[in-house]
Amino acid sequence: MSMKASTRQVNSVTVIDVSGRITLGEGCAQLRQLIRDHLSKGNKHILVNLGDVSYIDSSGIGELVSAYTAVSNQGGQLKLLNLTKKVHDLLQITKLYTVFDVRDDEAEAISSFQKPAQA
Amino acid sequence: MTAEPRVYELNLESDLKNVEAADEMSRRASSTAGFDEDDRQRIEMAVHESLINAIWHGNKNDASKHVWVKFEIFADRLEVRVRDQGNGFDPTNIPNPLAEENLLSISGRGIFLIKSFMDDFRVEKAAGGGTEVTMIKRVVSKPKST
Ligand SMILES: Nc1ncnc2c1ncn2[C@@H]1O[C@H](COP(=O)(O)OP(=O)(O)O)[C@@H](O)[C@H]1O
Ligand SMILES: [Mg+2]
Repeated sequence: MSMKASTRQVNSVTVIDVSGRITLGEGCAQLRQLIRDHLSKGNKHILVNLGDVSYIDSSGIGELVSAYTAVSNQGGQLKLLNLTKKVHDLLQITKLYTVFDVRDDEAEAISSFQKPAQA
Repeated sequence: MTAEPRVYELNLESDLKNVEAADEMSRRASSTAGFDEDDRQRIEMAVHESLINAIWHGNKNDASKHVWVKFEIFADRLEVRVRDQGNGFDPTNIPNPLAEENLLSISGRGIFLIKSFMDDFRVEKAAGGGTEVTMIKRVVSKPKST
């Protein structure tokens, strides 16, 4: 069982629904390519939905960090949606929970990307 | 009941596709040992990280080299040994992934996770060459809340 990812566009936000295993090898490579493709198309508001991720290893965590850095460096934002307890705990103990903007409501997550045009 | 541990063993070629076999055996061993689901996941992750390190850092991805995994189930604990054919390393001498300057690093969290998830972790020169990582998880009865 490997990783699956599909993409939806909601307003200005690219939602990537990931399921399966984000582990060293195929899973990580796939995620990296996907992020790279979106950035090259100018999609810089990226919401990664991890709700159906069954397993993530240290390489998968590294891949999320790398995606976060790549998007930030392009002036974009990458946020995480629907962490399972397992992934939540992993981000906690690695101190990454406070680095990522983690959301559990999709609609709120989507609107959190909108730039406040008027304050 | 005997005092002899139940033993599960695997001898794998250094190929990342073999990691899932060890993941699976880890789940079997930890459930036989009586761990709850949370602990089973922690043990699986520790074994998984250790195996990837053995293949990647120890055996340098050389498929002619092997990794041996051994699970020993005792009444009060699970002991896991992962042996590779590499030169070993000093686990006290690796960067702390929680340090500010390492937080956004893309690697370097494996050993930290193993130490967080297991009760005991040590690295030794294996008899007959190579490196052996030993990880121990104790079966503890949860303290009752009052
Ligand atoms: N079996 C091993 N043989 C040799 N070196 C190892 C082994 N396991 C770990 N190491 C060393 O310890 C370091 C830290 O390992 P780890 O925390 O898993 O991070 P990562 O694998 O992402 O580098 C590795 O970069 C490597 O130098
Ligand atoms: Mg590692």
